[in-house]
Amino acid sequence: MTSTVDRPEVHGKVVATGSEPRRRQRHRGQPMHGGPGTYLALIVVTIVSVFPLYYTIVMASHTNAELARKTPPLLPSTALFGNISKAFELAPLNKGLVNSVIVSSCITAGTVAFCTLAGFAFAKLRFRGSNVLLGLCVVTMMVPMQMGIIPLYMLMARLGLANHIEAVILPTLVTAFGVFFMRQYIASAVPDELIEAGFVDGANTFRIFRSIVVPAVRPAMTVLAMLTFLTAWNDFFWPIIALSSQNPTVQVSFQSLATGYAPEQSIIMAGTLYGTLPVLVVFALLGRHIVGGIMQGAVKG
Amino acid sequence: MTTISDTRAVSTRRRRRTRPGSKAAYAYIAPFFLLFAAFSLYPWLDTAWVSLHDVRLSTYHQQTWIGLDNYKNLFTNAFFWRAFKNTITIGIISTVPQLCMALGIAHLLNYRLRGRTFFRVAILMPYATSLAAATVIFLQLFDKDLGIINWFLSELHLPRVDWQGSKWPAQIAVSSIVTWRWTGYNALIYLAGLQAIDGTLYEAAAIDGASRWQQFRHVTIPGLRPTILFTIVVSTIGASQLFGEPLLYHNGIPDGGTSYQYQTLGLLMYQQGWTNDRLGLASATAWTMFGIIVIAVLVNLALTRRRAHHFAAPEAAPTLQLSEVTR
Repeated sequence: MTSTVDRPEVHGKVVATGSEPRRRQRHRGQPMHGGPGTYLALIVVTIVSVFPLYYTIVMASHTNAELARKTPPLLPSTALFGNISKAFELAPLNKGLVNSVIVSSCITAGTVAFCTLAGFAFAKLRFRGSNVLLGLCVVTMMVPMQMGIIPLYMLMARLGLANHIEAVILPTLVTAFGVFFMRQYIASAVPDELIEAGFVDGANTFRIFRSIVVPAVRPAMTVLAMLTFLTAWNDFFWPIIALSSQNPTVQVSFQSLATGYAPEQSIIMAGTLYGTLPVLVVFALLGRHIVGGIMQGAVKG
Repeated sequence: MTTISDTRAVSTRRRRRTRPGSKAAYAYIAPFFLLFAAFSLYPWLDTAWVSLHDVRLSTYHQQTWIGLDNYKNLFTNAFFWRAFKNTITIGIISTVPQLCMALGIAHLLNYRLRGRTFFRVAILMPYATSLAAATVIFLQLFDKDLGIINWFLSELHLPRVDWQGSKWPAQIAVSSIVTWRWTGYNALIYLAGLQAIDGTLYEAAAIDGASRWQQFRHVTIPGLRPTILFTIVVSTIGASQLFGEPLLYHNGIPDGGTSYQYQTLGLLMYQQGWTNDRLGLASATAWTMFGIIVIAVLVNLALTRRRAHHFAAPEAAPTLQLSEVTR
């Protein structure tokens, strides 16, 4: 009962925080409008940011002979699909893409579920040792993964998981950052009264989590999901150690592209483009939310 | 409505006591801590143990105790010191310009702009590009004969540069990959910090006749101090572990170029462990790297703090970004 009554209220709160920055800017009197110099500088920055990606398309769509001309081409051409199919012979790109989708989806699902649960416990439940455990969690964010890479590899070998994608999924199924991020969000977005009301109405903690907390923090879960997916998709260090070039993620398969004998630039670029384009398209669509998530993550805490 | 006010009365009485479900809390944090213990904490600690042994990849369950020999071996090894120096120089070349540019870009983005979402998404495109893809792409751009960068230089009647074989050009090329990928990201972190600065300060400064540069120096920089500190720490950690860029920049060979001109410590560790089959030695390198990271972070903090006149409380430091820590 409580949950149905209170949901709109919670949603209202969440929506309000979402649109807050824009409103705050207008009230506080931001610095002035950007002048022409500002736009010019930002356009240069944009070109530098995007040019390597654009030029990947250009190179991927020409033959190597065309690239070797005295003046290199600056516009895309027609050889793209031929080059991509040649790239398939150099590296198992499709297998890499499928593996990357599986790995990133599992890691994202695990991270969002486990970190939201743990974040809820740290934000709203009182239990012995909660401060110490949360402190431990924060400290571990500073320790780099390379610290444990050798025993981790030996552990995976002992479990018979070396060269299996499970070896990539398991260690990153939770992150300390995710727990901390969700804890901060839940602490501020879910009023204590709502939780208390749930308890009084006889709901157990899991029901409260499902019916009150999850609906209220869905925006933060979405942000965490996007950031986790991007990180997992782009991860290179552990996958290159744990996996082989026969069973790679897409990042690992890029290595096979670059290590081939007598490398042809146009084919290398076509393969890279093929493996990168899906995530860039998704990014172009969701980019504004990811931008919001990164900025939100920077201020929270 | 009445139910809610009723429950409030009850809840204030209850609040000081343990809530129901405090046992369930352990179940909710259990997945995190169990996975963390198995795949992070145990490996970290075991690295120290392995570093005191001679361990081979093929027979990893047979560990021969050799005490501190791996560390002695490491510190008397020219490869280690070369990688150490390379890590520092590449670290400086890749992070100092990166953070300065990010600050400038954030300042620009903080003006009222048309199409601000477009600019923000555009500068984050490199971050969305994986380091593997970015390195493969830059490898082609920096190609000695066919790369567009050398073509551009020759159009300007400048000499072509050997971005692979010569030491400093190669280090600059590797650093430029890092800089390209992370500048926009850090700019957004700074932008978030900037937006927390009271805008009326800028108005007051403008009324007092401060130029844009003076506003930047006297309003922006002091207001951003905790954020700057945070990005310096995170970038230092990232730079100390640099691995993927120099690996792929030499086509996946972990030597960092034919004369080791850009081999970093991360790369050296990989080479020791997976190419030379010396896991114990590689573990010693891992712990040494961790020590170096701690020292580098402390040195950076001391340097930044000394220059800070109005150092903001550390609690104001923003949340760590997972992606930065694990890059």
